[in-house]
Amino acid sequence: MKPTILSAFFALTAFPALACESFTVGDLTIDHAWSRATIGADRPGVFYVEITNAGASDDALIGIATPAAGMPMLHETTVTDGVASMPHAMSVPVPAGQTVQLAPGGYHGMLMGLTVALKEGDSFPATLTFQNAGDVTINVEVLSLRAEGPDCAHAGQ
Amino acid sequence: MRLTGLQKILWAAAGLALLGYGALLLVAEPTPAPLAEAPFRPNFTLPDADGRLRSSADFAGKHTLVFFGFTNCPDVCPTTLAEVAQVMDDLGDQAGQVQPLFISVDPERDRRLGLSEFTTAFHPSILGLAGDAAQTRAAADSFRIHFAREDDAAAPDGYSMSHSPALYLIGPEGDWLRQFTYGTPAAEILADLQSRL
Repeated sequence: MKPTILSAFFALTAFPALACESFTVGDLTIDHAWSRATIGADRPGVFYVEITNAGASDDALIGIATPAAGMPMLHETTVTDGVASMPHAMSVPVPAGQTVQLAPGGYHGMLMGLTVALKEGDSFPATLTFQNAGDVTINVEVLSLRAEGPDCAHAGQ
Repeated sequence: MRLTGLQKILWAAAGLALLGYGALLLVAEPTPAPLAEAPFRPNFTLPDADGRLRSSADFAGKHTLVFFGFTNCPDVCPTTLAEVAQVMDDLGDQAGQVQPLFISVDPERDRRLGLSEFTTAFHPSILGLAGDAAQTRAAADSFRIHFAREDDAAAPDGYSMSHSPALYLIGPEGDWLRQFTYGTPAAEILADLQSRL
């Protein structure tokens, strides 16, 4: 991925999409919340987001809730000795002054027990719970099965 | 002629010296290239979604791009298959020379959830294969890759799968050519394939 080239391209072509909305809670800014279209509702969906902590104290994402799934959880894909596994993450650290991404190949929300299949163009609310900043409800845009992330002009990916 | 004990020992020593010298020649001989390794040819025989047995030999003449995964995987597998789909689209006229394969490491559940429905949603060219436990283990061993069932009360059905997340490229003669580690951009995979086709 060549981020600069890609984002320049997106800047020219993309319309501001839902996934480009920003949400704030306390010192935290939440950007680029997106999910991937699913094939039916029997397989888990995924949730990605970017969280920036502009404050002076560390925080952590400790929970996710959404009407789109009966059992959403935080997971982390780890590759150890060439083997990928996906342990449950109790929390995702959001250190002071840093941006953390829930992104393909790393931390992600796993949306188990989908209530309906997620279709490209749909959106659903999700409430993120932070250790210090508390709760914030955001909109999550469902992108195509092949998406690698939202096409935001200001996407910092 | 009878040899004395001493003569036997001397002859034996001479023989050993000769062997040693020969071995030295073999080792010291400057070889132009490392001894050609026997080609590493992974092989498998696994049923496709319709139950038809497919084996490595069926894809002779084509490059095959092999991924081991499971359809209940929300992150790594869709990301990789999305890249494979992009590569197949971008290959254009040369796409017919490449066969992408998705080998299930969770075959029983994947069959129940729908194997071809999953693979074709990414790209119609991707062929999904899901065998029984023994066939699956044999295929993975043949590629020298790892997969395991991880019991996890919080996962769907109480388990998840850990697996090698790379893409493997097999040549038209069945030789293992290389792997693309997880996260290799589609453009890089495309460029590599185009240089070979």
